[in-house]
Amino acid sequence: MAKVLMKGNEAIGAAAIKAGCKYFFGYPITPQSELPEYMARELPKVGGVFLQAESEIAAINMVYGAAGAGVRVMTSSSSPGISLKQEGISYIAGAELPCVIVNIMRGGPGLGSIQPSQTDYFQATRGGGNGDYRLVVLAPANVQELVDLIIEGFDIADQYRNPVMILGDGMIGQMMEPVEFREPKRRDLPEKDWATTGTQGKRKPNIINSLYLQPEELEEHNKRLQAKYKAIMENEVKVESYNIEDADVVIAAYGTTSRIARTAISQLEEEGYKVGLIRPITLWPYPYDEFEKINPNCKGILTVEMNTGQMLDDVKIAVKGKHPVYFYGRTGGMVPTPNEIIEKVKEIYGGEK
Amino acid sequence: MAIVFKKTRGLTDVPTHYCPGCTHGIIHRLVGEALEELGVLDNAIGVAPVGCSVLAYKYFNCDMHEAAHGRAPAVATGIKRVRPDNFVFTYQGDGDLASIGTAEIVHAAHRGEKISTIFVNNAIYGMTGGQMAPTTLVGQKATTAPYGRDEAHCGKPIRMSELLATIDGAKFVERVTVTSPAHVRKAKKAIMECFKVQIEGKGFGIVEVLSTCPTNWGYTPEESLRWLEENMIPYYPLGNFKRPEEVE
Repeated sequence: MAKVLMKGNEAIGAAAIKAGCKYFFGYPITPQSELPEYMARELPKVGGVFLQAESEIAAINMVYGAAGAGVRVMTSSSSPGISLKQEGISYIAGAELPCVIVNIMRGGPGLGSIQPSQTDYFQATRGGGNGDYRLVVLAPANVQELVDLIIEGFDIADQYRNPVMILGDGMIGQMMEPVEFREPKRRDLPEKDWATTGTQGKRKPNIINSLYLQPEELEEHNKRLQAKYKAIMENEVKVESYNIEDADVVIAAYGTTSRIARTAISQLEEEGYKVGLIRPITLWPYPYDEFEKINPNCKGILTVEMNTGQMLDDVKIAVKGKHPVYFYGRTGGMVPTPNEIIEKVKEIYGGEK
Repeated sequence: MAIVFKKTRGLTDVPTHYCPGCTHGIIHRLVGEALEELGVLDNAIGVAPVGCSVLAYKYFNCDMHEAAHGRAPAVATGIKRVRPDNFVFTYQGDGDLASIGTAEIVHAAHRGEKISTIFVNNAIYGMTGGQMAPTTLVGQKATTAPYGRDEAHCGKPIRMSELLATIDGAKFVERVTVTSPAHVRKAKKAIMECFKVQIEGKGFGIVEVLSTCPTNWGYTPEESLRWLEENMIPYYPLGNFKRPEEVE
């Protein structure tokens, strides 16, 4: 298929439809509104339903109902709206339903700003709602990867009966890049024989539920969830690395920030510096093992984020104290420049190449 | 011997957890009978609330979905929009529907969602131990209104049926009770008519059922029925507020 030029937010919608998602429930918020607008325009053409809910809370609960009824369904929002969805996300995770949730992050806390940021890393990877649950969190760095991850995200959600979050920022939602729509690798997806479809008098009622009043039962339920999360950790880690076995300094960055880091690394290489990159594509499960491959004599790991240091915690867990860990971040909608990253790398080098 | 009465197939064979004298059991039976008699039981998907009827998903003999507090109409919307040929209903209490879930019920009605809602109003939070509800009567005592509901402090109780009847998308709105056999028969008739509004694709329907809470009201079951009739019905008048106009 030929490449087409698409804006990130619209590409998400096109990819979802390509993946067989015909249902979308959402609520407007900048900087992701092009996505519900796209779905409002396109879903009726494929026999699907776009519905603008009265709130993000209602939207995620509509997703909860639709996912329970056994269809591929999506919602999207940006940071403050994703906060409102946390109740429903926790129920969806507890009831083990598949769906895809898109967060095009903006600056916070509170109403914050409408500029790009990465300040919801904690919320996405640690669970913003109540209870011991995990989302699969996918962090694309360009529009093509955004499309690929949306399509694969639906498969991951169905395979594990778990909500999947696409964590992008305002920049990736708003930028235009050429994309093509490719088939993901085929997965053996289970039948949705648990869905509410009406018994038709042929089976016992199906019940979608996250309530377990007996503590023994709830503990067993949590053990099942943890076993599932373990399988996801073993099978679904995605990471891209560059030159980490040989690097004197390794940068850890994801999404938009990783692209700026790449530019900085190219310029540093021209000056003779050896700098590597670890770019997690799955933020949960986190690619902790990748950090084991880093040059043992590396002078330090520099985490670069558009926040005040959130993925930094995972980098520290991954590094296990073997290397000094540094941080550079901009926040409030400010974006780090390649020169700022270059200066920070040179500081870690301490004047010696 | 001829069978003159048997339990509806609309309910499972599980004993309910409801307190003695609580009228949830009667209302469950009426809903189960209506589902069965209208031939939609095997095609039904119910949505249970949070509150006393949180375990309703165990009692209705059809596919069920347990919602978060107040969100049943949104969950039901999601189900109905992807499965328009299924019969979809919510079963909610007054804390769930008239307090934390007012946005969801008002907008489901406003959109004219083709779902049916059974709204059980007992003027109190039962499951959590008798706290004040938005439906608690002025002067009525509750654990969070130990001196009785004070209108100057927290307003008068909300009348949801009257409110919802003003919304175009709501096509059937009726308030009933189950304090006597005659009332039970009227309640059954209202539930049947409400469900038919969905089956015929006309829009949103709701039946509000005034219900008792002997445990938290602090009365015997019989006193509770009397208290409901003497105190709730004057403030929450019974009757139909809206039904689809007959089109010839």
